[in-house]
Amino acid sequence: MNKNLRVKSSEYIDETNRISFKFNGKTYHGFKGDTLASALLANNVHLVGRSFKYHRPRGIMTSGSEEPNAIVQVNPGTNRTEPNVRATEVEIYEGLEASSQNCWPSVEFDIGGINNFLSPFFPAGFYYKTFMWPASFWKKYEFFIRHSAGLGKSPTSSDPDIYDHRNIHCDVLVVGAGISGVLAAKNAAKNNFKTLLVEEKNELGGSTVYENNEFNKINNKTPSEWLKKEIEELKNIKNLEIKTRTSVAAYHQYNYLLARENLTDHLEAKDKTNKIRQRLLKIRAKKVILATGALERPLIFNNNDRPGIMLSSAIKKYSEFYGVACGSKNVFFTNNDSAYESAISLYNKGINVEAIIDIREQSESKIVKKVKEAGIKIYWSHSIVDTTGYKRLNSISIMKLSNDGTSVTGSKISISCDCLGVAGGWTPAVHLYTQSGSKLKFDEEKKVFLPNQNTSEQISVGSCGGDFKIDEIIKNLNQKLKDTLNINETDLDSIKVEIDQENSKRNIWLLPSDKPLGKTKPFVDYQNDATAKDIKLALREGFRSIEHVKRYTTTGMGTDQGKLGNMHALGIIADTAGVKMGELGTTTFRPPYTPLTFGTIVGRNIGKFFDIFRRTPMNDWHVENKAEFENVGQWKRAWYYPINGETMHQAVQRESKAARESAGILDASTLGKIDIQGSDASEFLNRVYTNAWSKLAIGKCRYGLMLNEDGMVYDDGVTTRLGENHYIMTTTTGGAANVLGKLEDYLQTEWPELDVYLTSVTDHYATASLCGPNSKKILKKIIPDLDLSDENFPHMSFKESKIGNIQCRIMRISFTGEHSYEINVQASYGKDLWEKCIEAGQEFNITPYGTETMHLLRAEKGFIIVGQDTDGTMTPIDLQMDWIVSKKKYDFIGKRSLYRSDTMREDRKQLVGLLTDDPNIVLEEGAQIVSELNQSPVEMLGHVTSSYFSPNLKKSIALAVVRGGKDMMGKKLFVPMENKNINVTVANPVFYDEKNERLNA
Amino acid sequence: MFLINCPYCGERDQQEFKAGGEAHIERPKQPTELSDDEWAEYLFMRKNIKGVQFERWNHAHGCRKWFNMVRDTSNDEIKAIYKMGEKPPAQ
Ligand SMILES: [Zn+2]
Repeated sequence: MNKNLRVKSSEYIDETNRISFKFNGKTYHGFKGDTLASALLANNVHLVGRSFKYHRPRGIMTSGSEEPNAIVQVNPGTNRTEPNVRATEVEIYEGLEASSQNCWPSVEFDIGGINNFLSPFFPAGFYYKTFMWPASFWKKYEFFIRHSAGLGKSPTSSDPDIYDHRNIHCDVLVVGAGISGVLAAKNAAKNNFKTLLVEEKNELGGSTVYENNEFNKINNKTPSEWLKKEIEELKNIKNLEIKTRTSVAAYHQYNYLLARENLTDHLEAKDKTNKIRQRLLKIRAKKVILATGALERPLIFNNNDRPGIMLSSAIKKYSEFYGVACGSKNVFFTNNDSAYESAISLYNKGINVEAIIDIREQSESKIVKKVKEAGIKIYWSHSIVDTTGYKRLNSISIMKLSNDGTSVTGSKISISCDCLGVAGGWTPAVHLYTQSGSKLKFDEEKKVFLPNQNTSEQISVGSCGGDFKIDEIIKNLNQKLKDTLNINETDLDSIKVEIDQENSKRNIWLLPSDKPLGKTKPFVDYQNDATAKDIKLALREGFRSIEHVKRYTTTGMGTDQGKLGNMHALGIIADTAGVKMGELGTTTFRPPYTPLTFGTIVGRNIGKFFDIFRRTPMNDWHVENKAEFENVGQWKRAWYYPINGETMHQAVQRESKAARESAGILDASTLGKIDIQGSDASEFLNRVYTNAWSKLAIGKCRYGLMLNEDGMVYDDGVTTRLGENHYIMTTTTGGAANVLGKLEDYLQTEWPELDVYLTSVTDHYATASLCGPNSKKILKKIIPDLDLSDENFPHMSFKESKIGNIQCRIMRISFTGEHSYEINVQASYGKDLWEKCIEAGQEFNITPYGTETMHLLRAEKGFIIVGQDTDGTMTPIDLQMDWIVSKKKYDFIGKRSLYRSDTMREDRKQLVGLLTDDPNIVLEEGAQIVSELNQSPVEMLGHVTSSYFSPNLKKSIALAVVRGGKDMMGKKLFVPMENKNINVTVANPVFYDEKNERLNA
Repeated sequence: MFLINCPYCGERDQQEFKAGGEAHIERPKQPTELSDDEWAEYLFMRKNIKGVQFERWNHAHGCRKWFNMVRDTSNDEIKAIYKMGEKPPAQ
């Protein structure tokens, strides 16, 4: 079985460089230049996998990215393992290991293979029909399905490789380096267009470099010889960048394309380390030239999926390019002349070709004559009605085809063979073309979908544009290049082409058998095991839309997106439903064209580069003092400062007490700060905040609430008037960017007449918030000259001062209810300021506190946090903050909405305080609130928004939003939890120092 | 991914921009004079056209300027771009 099928030396295979690799645990040898598929075929290994549903043995079918069957797991069990890789695209290297997927326990003996014999019970829609009920059985079904259906295994440890992204801008992008792509790129670059040529394979030239039809000539040379010289010349052309092993995954609007460049996948493990494995190219091209070629179609006949049945063009490539014979007794089955070229390729190398089965009545082309002269038997007007061989094809049966092609007649002839090449014509690879949004049109004569209506500057050249013969290709390419590049002459003007003109074709989407369709297995989608019978069944059951038939039968839904069989599925639907194919349309081809690794998609944006994080100027101090951090937007904020192994609760209780009893200090640098200047600054603030701003004196601060136009609270913060036409606004930490954006929007689009300028200065200042009854004494030590008396520097006012030489802005404002100062200095002095405060506060046991204590202290005072106690559905009235809504102002953002019937409802959810009857029980934030316990269903009145144990009040406190809560003061409600019901009482949300006496303490 | 020609900066990638909904909806000058229905019309009602649509865009990660765009939503063709306050080009 393991004989070597290497038949000739090939310039693409380095036979001096022998490589050993493992497939399914067994060691094989190949050569440098082989793909996993070519090396396996050289070792006479065809059976490489099992199909998804029936677990039928499957072999290598193609030589490219369209491969449906040879899907393997590369380097299984390692951290570099990758599932769903096409063996036809893996370049072998020393030490490569690969294994089959979708078979258990092994590809040779697969338990799931029993599904094949049960297949009458697996019709289209089987999964939908069977596994849906009873619902309680799903877990059992799932176990069965997951165990027997393998789609490969993802690695379990982290990816050791590096991935990269690169932006490329070019004048002309050429996709595909077959003959059309090479000539297009050459002419574009020669005409001074900055050109990028990408090719998914590792060699340029496409199928033309192994073109062997002696009757085709370009300038009296074989196309292969001629093109190799052209490729040679590309090296000397300026303006041309060539990327091989690079496949375009997506083509978006405005000529934006994503391509994956493979850099190390073909290297041995030792050469992979510390190199970029794959790079995502983000290409913006002025013009795109698609030269993506065409994919050969299989033929749809009974049992057309056995290992050993391949595309005719693949057999030719394996023979000519890799020097590998795919079988020793070969047969071809065709509807056009392509198979004859493959047959001659084998014949010239002395490989046995038993026969050609042709569904046409005849062909008079030169290549057919040559086959006849070679003595190869041709069966005209015949079709294959069955094949045999479980793990490897061993025979076919053929019968005469009726004139209308719908039935077979006469006696059955059996031909023994181990390899069958099928040739069903060519399908232009228009996937990328349609991804760009451009539209296709069906060509009834050629039976192909062709580019029709472009949405961006692009052309499709060569076979992807519908030109299959070299003379057509060159002629049309030449004209398209001149039109799109706006040039008068090209290299192609003087080319002389001779071709073997005849190439008739007889198209039959589904070939008949002597058995009825129900008894045969003509596969349309190999990977997902969809047969022609399934498609017809779907139509019988009433499915009409091609998209629905696709989903119901799973045709085209594998990792190959049905690149081989989609056209046949459409053809069978059209024939059965009696409509024209052009009227059916196609299913949508979605990116990526071939699967991408997650690594390529994320590139360098992993680990600490996953998202930006921002740190305050005092960050080092927090780290040195063992703070725990929390994420607030992109900021890393000090959360609490545990000492001596304190829990978070213990630390927060200590910090909270210290801040009220003596002194605390908070890093408030993250608050958003917007500098507002201009002669209309006061008027602007009047329009954006709910309260009045015109009369705020210079040097005074005011708290403001900002609404959305729908009347809901959007942001809040203190704004200070620094001068006649100069304010500094603070916003919430998380809201800073959005507030600036919103204010800019109003200024630019609604009120362009206002003379106002906004500048974000969040990062320009560092802010230390000093609070507690001793804060005044500490500040006095730091700035002895500043008069801190309540008369000179009262609550809600501002002073400009100096700490040593450092300019500072001090606001006497408070978010804790204590006597407090917010000291702002230029960001670079932030840590210095902080250390000065700590040092000066030493004698008062100054205690640094984090965001958690800040939240607790403000909750004691009933101060809201926008985004925690509000959720975009709370008006200021709902928050019981009527006092901040000006009745006098004619207008402000959101004002009108406060008078809508809905916002004026009495029974809206309103902010209240909640006290638990047991003062030691702390409610869970988010817990639901009800008024009845013995009723089901019961109305949910609201939920807890903030909840803490207050060390200063020595009891649990909470804020909540409750339907009609304003009028419920003192009412008993319940918070039902999983194991208990908690009794609570509605209370005033200001729990601490209701008279605000401590502000001046 | 669009290529957008900011009227202040020139052609830039779409990721620098933020879409801002339908264009030419002016904030009423005297909101308090409006009925609930009239205010709701301004506040909530937006078109969602398959075809030519007038949109606001902001060069958020660039010059921060707002401008208008005429876009065919059926094929994403950008038909025109013009500054705030300018009249839409004749179709
Ligand atoms: Zn701009």
